[in-house]
Amino acid sequence: MTKLLQLTIDGTALGVGYALVALGFVVIYRATGVINFSQGGFVLLGAYLTYNFHVTWGLNFWVSVALAVVIGALVGVLIEALILRRMVGQPVFAVIILTIGLLFVMEQSVSSIWGFDNLNMSDPWGIGTSRLGDFLFGHKQVAAMVVSALMLTAFFAYFKYSVMGVSMRAVALDQEAALAQGISARKVFAVSWAIAGAVAAMAGMLQGAGPASVELGISFVALRAFPAMILGGLDSPGGAVVGGIVIGVVQNFTAGYQPEIAPWLGNNFHLVMPYVVMVIILMVKPYGLFGTPEVHRA
Amino acid sequence: MRTRGAAPDLVTDYAQDLRLVPNGWTAAGLLLLAAIFVTGPNLFSGFWVVVLGYAGVATIGAVGLNLLTGFTGQVSLGHAFFLGIGAYAAVQFGMNWGLPLFLWLPLCGVMGAIAGAVIGPFALRLRGQYLVIVTLGLVFLGEHVFKEWRSLTGGGTGTAVRPPLTLGPLDFSGMELFGTAYNRQQMLFWLIWAVAAIGILGAKNIVRTRPGRAMQAVRDRDLAAEVIGISLTRYKVGAFAISSAYGAVAGALYGALQGFVSPTEWNLFLAIQYVAMIIIGGMGTVFGAVLGALMLTALPRLIEDVSRRVDMPFVSGDKGGPEGFVTIFSVQRAMFGALIVGFLLFEPRGLAAIWLRFKAYLKTWPFSY
Repeated sequence: MTKLLQLTIDGTALGVGYALVALGFVVIYRATGVINFSQGGFVLLGAYLTYNFHVTWGLNFWVSVALAVVIGALVGVLIEALILRRMVGQPVFAVIILTIGLLFVMEQSVSSIWGFDNLNMSDPWGIGTSRLGDFLFGHKQVAAMVVSALMLTAFFAYFKYSVMGVSMRAVALDQEAALAQGISARKVFAVSWAIAGAVAAMAGMLQGAGPASVELGISFVALRAFPAMILGGLDSPGGAVVGGIVIGVVQNFTAGYQPEIAPWLGNNFHLVMPYVVMVIILMVKPYGLFGTPEVHRA
Repeated sequence: MRTRGAAPDLVTDYAQDLRLVPNGWTAAGLLLLAAIFVTGPNLFSGFWVVVLGYAGVATIGAVGLNLLTGFTGQVSLGHAFFLGIGAYAAVQFGMNWGLPLFLWLPLCGVMGAIAGAVIGPFALRLRGQYLVIVTLGLVFLGEHVFKEWRSLTGGGTGTAVRPPLTLGPLDFSGMELFGTAYNRQQMLFWLIWAVAAIGILGAKNIVRTRPGRAMQAVRDRDLAAEVIGISLTRYKVGAFAISSAYGAVAGALYGALQGFVSPTEWNLFLAIQYVAMIIIGGMGTVFGAVLGALMLTALPRLIEDVSRRVDMPFVSGDKGGPEGFVTIFSVQRAMFGALIVGFLLFEPRGLAAIWLRFKAYLKTWPFSY
């Protein structure tokens, strides 16, 4: 039982990271109708910028994080304005592949600037742990949960109550009707990319912190956030959070139990488990748990 | 300059439009290609024969993917998985069972088709971007299975791929022809491009007959296609099966050419490369897939080749030595990404469209505008 709860705690900490990235996917999907594969690039950028400000330039850690998040958001806005806006009206598939191309350019830009070595973030949490009863909490995990919870709360409050948040929902619902109401779709696109860039930068910082290190491999979190996003439904922000946590917990359970229960599934099966869950869910519910089914008329 | 009345190149009926060899120019072009094919191993240096061999493999795979994505509109990021299936089918049928070339190569295609037919039904249930992500998941699941199926794939260390390569009097693992000795790579150049030619012809014939028109109808509006009596099950699953068969044959030849494969090769990057080939080449044209495959296979090697001769500023690992902050690998990857972005922004219809425009320019010269 202790193991089960411990795995749940660790899994949730892992899952909130997925949730942040998945939220970025969902925000852009709602605004523009495409999955943004370059999200992994933003994750990298956030981690390396935080490292750069904090370690190389010696700024305060939280100031560095804030700067990284702001720059992540700005890069998002820039990419939207310079590149993605030209793709309006093109087939969805073309836009998706374009974001894959962007991902490659971003990854190589990051590795050209900061190199291929693993870097130490020297964040305030380090490898410290605390014990509470039978359970072990990594300080990084606690930080991940707290920071993500704050970030997600801020997002949902903004999404629900601010004028811009309402505009975003209106554009997602019916772009033309929203335009007719005087909502600027351009502004909504820009804000969506800014939010995606910001949450991805935050997710990147959390990935590179603690016992982990800042390395190019952290962009993989975006690939594992796909199942989280699909699980929740492509256009549901709440679904992204639920999906992220479910995927994190399931992945951790698999890591904890599969070697004993089903060793024939092989080593590191937990790394592909999110995809197995995703496929099973999609077979039952083709639009994810909370996604809006598309209506098709000839 | 035309002297014989109305321009004879204008297409005036459908039968003409569907002809494989519409005019003398195409015939001359095909003859030229045939000549390059026959003399290839003598014409190109050893390095470029190998590169062209890989380009041939990529051509087969890209033509297959284009049937699925370009003609049927089903986006797949899972092509790498089917290539892997082909390579391991070659290990099983060719090496473990010792079947001859004319049996194991088609069998690889059959295995690919079966795998595709199993995955195909997902395309019936899922739409658009959900399907993209599922095929992406397929690549990760496939990589895992390939890594763990150690008896067949050799696990993390990989496995040799040395299936028998004799066909009648021809031995593609190296033989003497007309007094000249040809090595394995040179012989495989002929084998691969011969298979590629068959594949291209097959694809051409699929897309200009009823199944091809049905596939394009599904791509353009699947509901409308269904209403006029096209079975979505049949054509979506069929397109997956055919495209995977092409992919598997490409994978088998890739393994044979490389002589060795490891499970990590069938990754997302490979799958994206194939998608990039059909985008850069031109979606929905067989010719475009060929162009894209040639370009994306040759370009990195060309960069490598140039880097060995020229000292580029900021680039390490080139002729100038290790200084510089960008590796040649980074340049290749970034170039690859930039190519995708550039083509999608400025020429979404790919190299094939550029070629068509160039042809139109020549045809109407000197009255081009």
